Amino acid sequence: MSAEAIEVEEVKELVAEPAEPLLSKRRKRIVQDPLNEDNPITVQVLGICSALAVTVKMQPTLVMSIAVVFVIVFSNLIISLLRNLIPNRVRIIVQLAIVASLVTLVSEVLKAYSYDMYKVLGAYVGLIITNCIVMGRLEAFAMGNKPYDSILDGLGSGFGYAWIILTVAFFRELFGSGSIFDFKIFEAIGWTSFPTNGLMVDSIGAFMILGILIWIQRTRNGYVEH
Amino acid sequence: MDAINIAIKGIFIDNMVFAYFLGMCSFLAVSKKVTTAFGLGMAVIFVLTITVPANWLLQEFILKEGALSWLGASFETIDLTFLQFIIFIAVIAAMVQLVEMVIEKVSPSLYGSLGIFLPLIAVNCAILGSSLFMVQRDYTIVEATAYGFGSGTGFFLAIVALAAIREKLKYSSVPNGLKGLGLTMLITGLMGLAFKSFIGIAL
Repeated sequence: MSAEAIEVEEVKELVAEPAEPLLSKRRKRIVQDPLNEDNPITVQVLGICSALAVTVKMQPTLVMSIAVVFVIVFSNLIISLLRNLIPNRVRIIVQLAIVASLVTLVSEVLKAYSYDMYKVLGAYVGLIITNCIVMGRLEAFAMGNKPYDSILDGLGSGFGYAWIILTVAFFRELFGSGSIFDFKIFEAIGWTSFPTNGLMVDSIGAFMILGILIWIQRTRNGYVEH
Repeated sequence: MDAINIAIKGIFIDNMVFAYFLGMCSFLAVSKKVTTAFGLGMAVIFVLTITVPANWLLQEFILKEGALSWLGASFETIDLTFLQFIIFIAVIAAMVQLVEMVIEKVSPSLYGSLGIFLPLIAVNCAILGSSLFMVQRDYTIVEATAYGFGSGTGFFLAIVALAAIREKLKYSSVPNGLKGLGLTMLITGLMGLAFKSFIGIAL
């Protein structure tokens, strides 16, 4: 009799908690928030270093965004799977070790299949390890949430990062080199003497463009920092 | 002499923040007060001066292709470069832990004001970046130490200067959307412009 009772109870439990739909409202928010209102770069002030360093041209920026999305999603997944096994005292080292392994993977793949791009990005691929977005998401989300939610969170933050750096790169390449994806856009429309702006190629242009982008985005969202 | 030149170059011309955008996260987040910025800057100098030579030794005697030849002839062909990231970051994390314990003991008030940003030095790109640049540029150990010290001092200078400007800005009226990060980015750009004037100096 007792065995039956337990079985019934288990069934009840299953019925009582229906599985959350794959794309419930809450999960959609997890992906959408970092894209705009809670953007990792413009609102949370994370991951600025690489956002500026690789954005001279569109192409390396695109490669960098893909690499970062990959690393965030998979490190979020792995940490989330391991979250109950990691002792609190040594969690930073564990997180760093996992992120470093993933970045090594990215760096070796890049070296094997696209050596030119590897040369262009140089040390900045290695610096994904210390990209604050990755560590920030691991600490703030993956350590306390289920794997699937963590993947969604990683995707959201990754793409939130990607669209900002692609926008910065677009303006820097357009005004700095007069081209988009190395396609000479001003020559194509017949403006051969387009004066390129050296400041845009330089680091200063990146600071200025990002500063203005933050201004526009925060004004639109009505976000005020105190 | 070369070492001194490299240190000076690291401080002014190849400044970590203005030329390579490294360490931006803590640069922007901890630069609200001069005292805190000062403490973080000192911690960064200390960690960099130790980790860069330490990583140089690891690179030279363990990681580089043929670096293990001191173990015997059969180890000559081993190339452990792919372990570089993990080893470097482990050294840095261990050093940061050490600094954290020292600061907690010596100055609890500084420890309190640095708060979360102390463990985050481990993920400060300036630290890992210096080690990676050191490998790229083939420095000797003396040059590597000088480079570590120089880039640390460059970061220190930048963050203290920015904190001083931001303390003054508290009393000015700024458009709402530009408050905080936006304005800080623009100021950093202008400071970078000022640091560009060092480029002409030949060393």
